[in-house]
Amino acid sequence: MTSAADLRSRAEALAGPLPPLLAEAEHLASTVLLGAHGRRRSGMGDEFWQYRAAMPGDEARSIDWRRSARSDAHFVREKEWQAAQSILLWVDAAQSMEFASRPDLTSKADRARLLAMASAILMIRGGERVALAALGTPPRSGEVQLMRIASALGAGAGAEDYGAPEIRGMLPHSRALFLSDFMGDLAPVEAQMTKAADRGVRGALVQVLDPQEEAFPFEGRTIFESMGGTLRHETLKAGDLRSRYLDRLAARKAALSDLARATGWQYTCHHTGDSPQAALLWIYGALERRR
Amino acid sequence: MFTLGPIGFTAPLLLLALLALPILWLLLRAVPPAPIRRRFPGVALLLGLTDDETQTDKTPWWLLLIRMLAVAAVIIGFAGPVLNPEERVAGSGPLLILMDGSWADARDWARRIERVEAALDDAAQEGRTVAVVSLTDLPAGELPFQSADAWSARLAGIEPRPWQADADDVLQWAAALEGRFESFWMSDGLAQGWRGDLLAMLESHGKVRVFESPQPVIALRPARFEDGLVTVTAIRARAENADEVAIAARGLDPTGIERELARATAVLEAGAGDAEVSLSLPPELRNRVTRFEVAGLRSAGAVSLTDDALKRREVALIAGRDDREGLELLSPLHYLHQALAPTADLIEGTLDDILLANPDAIVFADVATVSPGESEKILEWIDKGGLLVRFAGPRLAASDVSRDIEDPLMPVRLRVGGRTVGGAMSWGEPKGLRPFPEGSPFHGLQVPEDVTVSAQVMAQPDPTLAERSIAALDDGTPLVTRKRIGAGQVVLFHVTANAEWSTLPLSGLFVQILERLAISTRPARPEAADLAGTIWVPEKVLDGFGTVEEAGTLPGRPGEAIAEGVVGPDLPPGLYAGADRSFAVNVIREDTVLEPSSWPARIAVEGLAVARETDLKWMFLSAALALLMLDMLASLWLSGRLTGPRSGLAAGLVALALTGIPTPGDAQDELALRATSEVVLAHVITGDARLDRVARAGLLGLSETLYARTSVEPAEPISVDLETDELSFFPILYWPISTAQPIPSDEAYAKLNRYLRTGGMIVFDTRDADIARFGTGSENGRKLQELARPLDIPPLEPIPEDHVLTRTFYLLQDFPGRHASRDVWVEAAPADAQRIEGMPFRNLNDGVTPVVIGGNDWAAAWAVDEMGRAMFPVGRGYTGERQREIAMRFGVNLVMHVLTGNYKSDQVHVPALLDRLGQ
Repeated sequence: MTSAADLRSRAEALAGPLPPLLAEAEHLASTVLLGAHGRRRSGMGDEFWQYRAAMPGDEARSIDWRRSARSDAHFVREKEWQAAQSILLWVDAAQSMEFASRPDLTSKADRARLLAMASAILMIRGGERVALAALGTPPRSGEVQLMRIASALGAGAGAEDYGAPEIRGMLPHSRALFLSDFMGDLAPVEAQMTKAADRGVRGALVQVLDPQEEAFPFEGRTIFESMGGTLRHETLKAGDLRSRYLDRLAARKAALSDLARATGWQYTCHHTGDSPQAALLWIYGALERRR
Repeated sequence: MFTLGPIGFTAPLLLLALLALPILWLLLRAVPPAPIRRRFPGVALLLGLTDDETQTDKTPWWLLLIRMLAVAAVIIGFAGPVLNPEERVAGSGPLLILMDGSWADARDWARRIERVEAALDDAAQEGRTVAVVSLTDLPAGELPFQSADAWSARLAGIEPRPWQADADDVLQWAAALEGRFESFWMSDGLAQGWRGDLLAMLESHGKVRVFESPQPVIALRPARFEDGLVTVTAIRARAENADEVAIAARGLDPTGIERELARATAVLEAGAGDAEVSLSLPPELRNRVTRFEVAGLRSAGAVSLTDDALKRREVALIAGRDDREGLELLSPLHYLHQALAPTADLIEGTLDDILLANPDAIVFADVATVSPGESEKILEWIDKGGLLVRFAGPRLAASDVSRDIEDPLMPVRLRVGGRTVGGAMSWGEPKGLRPFPEGSPFHGLQVPEDVTVSAQVMAQPDPTLAERSIAALDDGTPLVTRKRIGAGQVVLFHVTANAEWSTLPLSGLFVQILERLAISTRPARPEAADLAGTIWVPEKVLDGFGTVEEAGTLPGRPGEAIAEGVVGPDLPPGLYAGADRSFAVNVIREDTVLEPSSWPARIAVEGLAVARETDLKWMFLSAALALLMLDMLASLWLSGRLTGPRSGLAAGLVALALTGIPTPGDAQDELALRATSEVVLAHVITGDARLDRVARAGLLGLSETLYARTSVEPAEPISVDLETDELSFFPILYWPISTAQPIPSDEAYAKLNRYLRTGGMIVFDTRDADIARFGTGSENGRKLQELARPLDIPPLEPIPEDHVLTRTFYLLQDFPGRHASRDVWVEAAPADAQRIEGMPFRNLNDGVTPVVIGGNDWAAAWAVDEMGRAMFPVGRGYTGERQREIAMRFGVNLVMHVLTGNYKSDQVHVPALLDRLGQ
């Protein structure tokens, strides 16, 4: 299910129909590296921008002799200033993500990996540089990076029950995408996002939930255990807990939403019962917005 | 036995266990249901939440109640509850169960047997020996006392008989009984002379209990035919209450199926023992009736078989002059035909042949002389009961028959010449008819005013004339005379059988007279003397329930017994056939009267009803099981296992119980819909998958061409399985020949022939460009001959130049497919097809050729794939494409020919039409 090749191929299939994701770069100055993002002004890059008359101070080698030969003046060929965006992906690899309520549903982890991989493919196709938090390497572009991300995503779940983003080497003014169920303690998430906001990093939070976690369809005397078995809660009448559980879940979502708004991030909640396409579209939009 | 209201218990001590129920209540209450463990990541959100109610850890009261009820039901069930426990009257000693076993028992035989079973059960519990005896089937020797169980198994073998017990036999048998025993007597409720004596004899051996059904005994007397009506009489034993009895006439309908032909209701007034009902049946229907029965009553007495008395007659007609060239209305037999055809089977022919057929009546219309040999035979036939009816006429009047000496075949002597009244050359008025005297077979018929006689033959006054005359004119001259000879008679009408001499044949009276005559020929019941010495073979017999059965190998009975008509073991009721007629012997005779049985006051007559004790054990145990199932479901639901996750198994079981098995759609209907909502081309499935695919693709290509170029817009072609599919939907069948195809079954060939005869067309394609030269053909050609041999194919010829196929849409002279052979064969034109001067083609046959036979592999030329590209190359280059185009055109012509027939052939009439229009 989670073998690298399989994940890669499924992600390719999902990413196929979308146009290349061209993320907007706002503050590019410090992360200037050649990429496919035209800045609509002259600078360093591959694409032709304009010819202008040579001015004093221009180097002789910058003169475009072919253009200049057609007229009396000298012209300099300017190129468009291009920059690539850096995007950091964090996929929660904790035990809780391995949950799937029905055999015909994918686990939350599978869905999160799929979305992450699809986003990575879209961005690399668009010329962006992508890093996976689990890899710990700086953002890179190219197909090889995709292979690395795919194999890192296929590595499997960690031992802890609930995951928290732990990100080093976050480049300032880059972009980030966090995929998790956010069922654990919210404090590390908050801390991480605050840190990111300090560095001018914008991003998106995608909360991946199982439909059962939304519905809480339990009755009777039940002992609930977390996936790793570290947490347990016993109730005599599970049906009575439903409304309070749902309240808490709603509060959790509201907290995440507020946190995102405060830090300039985007937040959505995705269910494994829904189509991943919708989520990917949302991610595409979220990372592209804010011109 | 401990009883509680209507319920008794066989093991009442077990009920003490009910006392333990409250303890169980407390125990169950204390134990909460076991928890389920669930993995759930959302548990992090649940931490710290507490349950609101503390009471829910106990089992809810209603669940406890279900469990209590289940346990209580188990306890009560094993305590052996019995509904209506019987307080048995203990008897002792052997028990004799006596059944009348007559037809009157048959109506409620099942209840009688049930009552006997109940008595046997009691006897079995008390350990008594039992003998069951049917009075119509008396055992020889000692009473067969056996254990009650043995008799239970044999009860099914005892059946009611379609007669009553014989008094002598019964009393003789009863007198020989010995020992002490108790008697149960199941009486049929009819009075019998021997009942009192038998009762006294039984009482000398021990106590007697008598059982009788309160149901009235109803029976049918034989149907009588009176005045054109069939009269049936219902009789009954008890006459207290008013009642209605539906009487059904049953017989074979024209298709030979027995059904109810008529029904009437007889109203039995209070106090009346019988009621008549008359059915007015058309003769045709009356002839079909084989029996009357009381509807809904199963008893031999309620069935009355009918015999020849109600049957249709066989009448032979012989005319003196055979003037077929004369006018039909003047034919001497015309009015006889008209009058007799609806009610009688008419035969015509020579006298010798007719006598061999032994008809019921022979009619001579103006026949004067009969040869002596024939005369002798006719006399013999009349002697045996034949009816000779003679009509006068010019020939008879002119002959010397019965002039001086009475002819044996004439009832009276005749005077010379006859007379004419009211004619142009005579005085007087035409004479009317005198009302029919009493004693005449026509007595009671109304004489219409307009029946007049203008000419007749005159009888010589004789001493016997008065008694022989059965109808006379106003002036007293005999019009119809009759003479009896042996069992038969000779009747002479002194007028013609047509309207020349009188208007009698024109009136309805004629028909009535003929009917009366035909009926009165045979007495309804022959006397014993008449039947003496004859043997009658049973054809159908009745059993006690009134079911008609084939007689099988039952021996014949002497005529005397039949005439006596007393049914018994020697003469079962039924239909007996003699030499020329059949005779019904019924349980109930004309004079049978039913009387209810009467018992002395000391005998209490009991009904048949039994208050059977009902064992309730299984009910309680089933209820307990049901409650436990309910408890299981409720527990599952309560603990969330039914509605929550992983409830798949339970949900699956419930779904399995609720959903039925989906019914498969009717493939034939689907095919019919597909084939008839649009025009479709079809090909025969040969069994060669590749060939079938090509054929289908070919028809698809042809369909698309048709769609594009013509107003024929076919849907997707259909592959037809000759064995299973209906062919009549398809205008055209393309049949590529493959040596791999199995020969179709006979049914398939029948279907194909029907298809060809009703306008279908089959295109045979041997696909080898060679077959048209029959005989020297290839493998496929031989296969074609083999396949087509059982088909109904007309003579063939190669397509002539002026065949309508050459011009139905395109003008063609070549019919290529992938191969371009000229020889394509169609139905041959008739030899007399004429070419009209100035026309380009002959006036050819109508209709569509049922077959087209060729070997050009048309389907391959037509075939396109799903993208619309040709599947196979044809020829080379441009000429190849041209050949494909011509192949397509041939296909278009073919379909047009099938759909429009010879419409293009009608162009030969164009000049004539133009001429008529004045152009």
